[in-house]
Amino acid sequence: MIPAAFEYQRASSVDEAVGLLGEHGDDAKLLAGGHSLLPLMRLRLAAPAVLVDIGRLEDLSYVRSGDGQVRIGALTRHHDLATSDEVREQVPLLAHIAGQIGDPQVRHRGTIGGAIAHGDPASDMPAGLLALRGTVVARGPAGEREIPADELFTGFLETALAPNEVITEIRVPAVGSAPWGFQKFVRRAQDWAIVGCAAVLENGTSGGPGVGLVNMGATPLRAQGVEEQLRNGASPGDAAARADEGTEPPDDLNASAEFRRHLARVLVRRALESAQS
Amino acid sequence: MTTVTTEREGAAAVNITLSVNGEERSTDVEPRRLLVHHLRDDLGLTGTNVGCDTSSCGSCTVLMDGESVKSCTVLAVQADGHEITTIEGLAATARPANGDPAAMHPMQQAFHEQHGLQCGFCTPGMVMAAVSLLAENPHPTEAEVRLGLEGNLCRCTGYHNIVRSVLAAAGELPASEEVPA
Amino acid sequence: MTATDVAREAPSARGVGARMLRKEDARLLTGEARFVDDLSIPGALWLGMVRCPYAHARIGNVDASAALAIPGVRHVFTGADLRDGWAAAMPCAWPVTEDMKAADHWPVAVDKACYVGDIVAVVVADSRYAAVDGVDAVAVDYDPLEAVVDLEDAAADRVVIHDGLGTNKSYTWALVPDPDAVERAFADAAHVISERYLQQRLIPMAIEPRGVAAVPGVYGGDLTVYSATQIPHILKIMIAATCGVPESKVRVIAPSVGGGFGSKLNVYAEELIAVALARRLGAPTRWTESRSENAVATIQGRGQIQDIELAADADGKVTAVRVKLLADMGAYMQLVTPGIPLLGAFLYGGVYDIPAYSFECTGVFTTKTPTDAYRGAGRPEATYAIERAMEALAQKVGVDSAEIRRRNYIPADRFPYDASSGLTFDSGNYEPTLDRALELVEHDARRAEQQRRRDAGDSKHLGIGISTYVEMCGLAPSRVLASLNYAAGGWESATVRVLPTGTVQVVSGTTPHGQGHETCWSQIVADKLGIDPDGVEVLHSDTAVSPLGMDTYGSRSLPVGGVAVGMATDQVLDKARRIAAHQLECAEDDLELVDGELRVKGTPTKAMTLQAVAFEAFSAHNLPDGMEPNLVGEVTYDPPNFVFPFGTHVAVVEVDEETGGVELVDYAAVDDCGVQVNPMIVEGQLHGGIVQGAAQALWEEAMYDDDGLLRNPTLTDYGVPSAAEVPSIRLDHTVTPSPTNPLGVKGIGEAGTIVSTPTVVNAIVDALAPLGITDVAMPATPERVWSLIREAREGQA
Repeated sequence: MIPAAFEYQRASSVDEAVGLLGEHGDDAKLLAGGHSLLPLMRLRLAAPAVLVDIGRLEDLSYVRSGDGQVRIGALTRHHDLATSDEVREQVPLLAHIAGQIGDPQVRHRGTIGGAIAHGDPASDMPAGLLALRGTVVARGPAGEREIPADELFTGFLETALAPNEVITEIRVPAVGSAPWGFQKFVRRAQDWAIVGCAAVLENGTSGGPGVGLVNMGATPLRAQGVEEQLRNGASPGDAAARADEGTEPPDDLNASAEFRRHLARVLVRRALESAQS
Repeated sequence: MTTVTTEREGAAAVNITLSVNGEERSTDVEPRRLLVHHLRDDLGLTGTNVGCDTSSCGSCTVLMDGESVKSCTVLAVQADGHEITTIEGLAATARPANGDPAAMHPMQQAFHEQHGLQCGFCTPGMVMAAVSLLAENPHPTEAEVRLGLEGNLCRCTGYHNIVRSVLAAAGELPASEEVPA
Repeated sequence: MTATDVAREAPSARGVGARMLRKEDARLLTGEARFVDDLSIPGALWLGMVRCPYAHARIGNVDASAALAIPGVRHVFTGADLRDGWAAAMPCAWPVTEDMKAADHWPVAVDKACYVGDIVAVVVADSRYAAVDGVDAVAVDYDPLEAVVDLEDAAADRVVIHDGLGTNKSYTWALVPDPDAVERAFADAAHVISERYLQQRLIPMAIEPRGVAAVPGVYGGDLTVYSATQIPHILKIMIAATCGVPESKVRVIAPSVGGGFGSKLNVYAEELIAVALARRLGAPTRWTESRSENAVATIQGRGQIQDIELAADADGKVTAVRVKLLADMGAYMQLVTPGIPLLGAFLYGGVYDIPAYSFECTGVFTTKTPTDAYRGAGRPEATYAIERAMEALAQKVGVDSAEIRRRNYIPADRFPYDASSGLTFDSGNYEPTLDRALELVEHDARRAEQQRRRDAGDSKHLGIGISTYVEMCGLAPSRVLASLNYAAGGWESATVRVLPTGTVQVVSGTTPHGQGHETCWSQIVADKLGIDPDGVEVLHSDTAVSPLGMDTYGSRSLPVGGVAVGMATDQVLDKARRIAAHQLECAEDDLELVDGELRVKGTPTKAMTLQAVAFEAFSAHNLPDGMEPNLVGEVTYDPPNFVFPFGTHVAVVEVDEETGGVELVDYAAVDDCGVQVNPMIVEGQLHGGIVQGAAQALWEEAMYDDDGLLRNPTLTDYGVPSAAEVPSIRLDHTVTPSPTNPLGVKGIGEAGTIVSTPTVVNAIVDALAPLGITDVAMPATPERVWSLIREAREGQA
């Protein structure tokens, strides 16, 4: 199918994008790689009146590390993250997740900022951001602010971003060789995860282990019960038993909520075991 | 430079210039025009096919700046200023190497020799995805080929001979499995 | 050659038996091929279909004003607007019984829509994009009615879909050659197996969606229709009948067609609408299906509840099979909808020597997309039921999967074999395919590994599944089709001409869409004429070039169409001999064909090339008295019987107890389709068929909710597997030629799909057998498998 007609604005700077978003309000959507938005528009599940294209802001595609932190430009593509030596060394979980998103074609176009801003609970990258206790930098009319991942995802496909804010950077701690694991349960490789799990066992910045869940509720989630168990030194099996605690997983054509709860426990355990091995 | 005029539909048209198979093509397009329709309907390059509406099947795969993308999920305006290679232009990218103007690209040749296609509808996208795969991983294992083609669906071949085609193009087909042509 | 030849042939030439690379490939690999949507048609109007979003609804007011206000939207037509223009309702060519009930099926629904996707109005626009916008803007008032989704609910007539019929039951068709024998067998049985299997609905998902373009001539009323169809010849007849156009005015061309699998073996509303509006508006019309449209608007496959019973003696020798089917027709009868279960009706005895047979099928309407032929059509369902039931019998008798089959196979010395279902199986030798398939998959080592894992309490269970199949294909003797009430015949036509320059032109009535007929027909002709296959051109898929044809489906092209090509070539050769004998002044018997030359035996200098003979036939200066000019052979071949390919497949799966995930880790297949014209193409057909059948077992299902809405109409949600989900496949073959045709060939297009589904399910059940699990519903999703295991574990605890 074909998207409904829209007005196209190409932003030549972040500030210009912020201005255009302010001008058009809720009618406008940001276009980066387009791999979250265009599929919805093609099925006419989304029909924004204005698209503000920030895809050409090449200065938003970068990976920089220092001060115990890795800073990633919002327009860095999944493929670039997956193949970046810097990311592989400093935060291997993120590189691994980036290499698991969609398929190669999607990874050649999709961006980390777009995937996170979309706030899809079935998306892999937000789980990694949550597990790492990362933050996003958003720029709006009043300047920049840094939003912790824990405060970013507010509802189904909803985030704490204001309509006229643009994510410019993603910041994650440089965990280096800290043990990590990632599990994604799919029926076909290209599918969205039925359930997924990203785990980091040691995190220099926040000090504690982090476990993010994919597709276990209306938003990307942290498995807080598991994290608590891990802080108390529990085994992977014991910690994973609390994987579905506090979640309200969806009941859809791919899986029942009950099965998702079970899978979360299995996948978290496997992620923790693979981290430790 | 070729200029193609398209009828405007709806929102204000945008002038874009793409390098398509090595040739600059400048066109006015409606912002919502999908790259695949731009290639097919505006530029007459119908080798790139559309098999779905959810970025799932990969039939529309082309190379954008040398990397595989699904042209049904890229707006033509997003491709402005970029280099696009479609199946029609693929052979030319390898031609300096072999000098034969009628020769196909080694990947096309491998699909032919290994019977990697039947109805041929998914084939242009599959070939382009495979070319991109080998550009990133010149010597993949069978498992890497299979995973690397996860974004391309074929209903005819069961993938067996597609995988062999890609391995053959990479010089990775075990000698014992080479089929005498 | 009648014995089964297990050894691999080593053909050196490019004739029959050679792995000749395909002539079709170059255009498809370079983007040069033209599919329907690729055609440049100046001035064409784009059609968009407004489809009912409800499973069952009365159609109220259709408000087109907003659509018509969109720039580029020209017209909107409703069912009522077009109703009087149809000469007849949409065709069903297979009224299986005299009293079969079916409602009139109009291309655009008139008062009531009966499934999600039923066309309610048609938008005509200047462009592809404007047509989509127009469809979005048409506002239709619907009065939703109750959906009928479940087959038993449909049969109970709680809600009757077609008011005029008074029931949802369309027909009951039975095949019970000897009822007393069946009763006696069950009365005397030591073991009775009674199983119910569900054949879920499948969406064919050819990667090219459908498309059509109708181009009227400016003067004279000629009309050229381009369609993504498997059946241009049949479509032409049906366009004439439904649109009221003289057949002489219609030419149908199937350009490159991107896969069919039965889904393009039909006459669709959009094809007729395109023709009707092209004539009404005096302009070309075109339409291309979107994928999510395809999921509801193109026929679906399977959709049956199967009750199968086996009677067996104490040793597990089956004495009778009794089958009752409830088959989902969907909302209307499409071209051959009611006949699909009948294509399996004769095969519920499988490869086994079963003396007593009983089959009955009831077809019911539901408020879902019509069903029709999908790769295998009736035969996968039959094979599934018998091959699953044989597993149940093996368990009951206490022997393994291979042994129960060996005890029941039709013995090789009984062919041609008169089956109790009434068919005569042409040739067969089943056991060697089992032996070889077990060897290929290293069966004993796999079993040892399975046991090792079981002993170790491994949560990754290994399962090995076996199925042996026979299928009937090569549709088919016209008289047999008549006995089944099929409206058409089963012949195929071929013309072979040697042109003046020596090029051989073959015109075939088959319509390839991936099968490689251009290559294979060239090989058949080249082999007989002793020439290079590159010197043969094959024309097809255009009713102006190939006026007579029955098209491509039912694995019929080679055993009917290819055989016709071979016979027409024989005619050419006979005539060439007569001409050469005349000109070389020798007896015909003194000539031998060597390297494309007719030589006088013992005097090789006295010879004429085929090209020279062709030129003599063309110039006609010196032909035998009374001989017509030109070197042409023309045959319409009506086969004396179906052909019956067979084989054994073995699947190895790994079941993850914790997640319910099933991985297909190995697959071996040994098939016998008689003489192989091109083994490379045979293997390709098998690879694709096997994965398509495995997909029914593991991934695919059209999921309808209680309101009759299709929940997974996109390729994101409908699980067509990718390369990443399937393994490489090990193949081997035996060769048991068919005695019913001169080439000794059998069809192979559907065999893989027919047998791989039960093979994979048998493997899953084998993996879980120690838990007492005896069946799993298809597709065997992780959640289904996990639930079964959990219930079994709870039962054990």
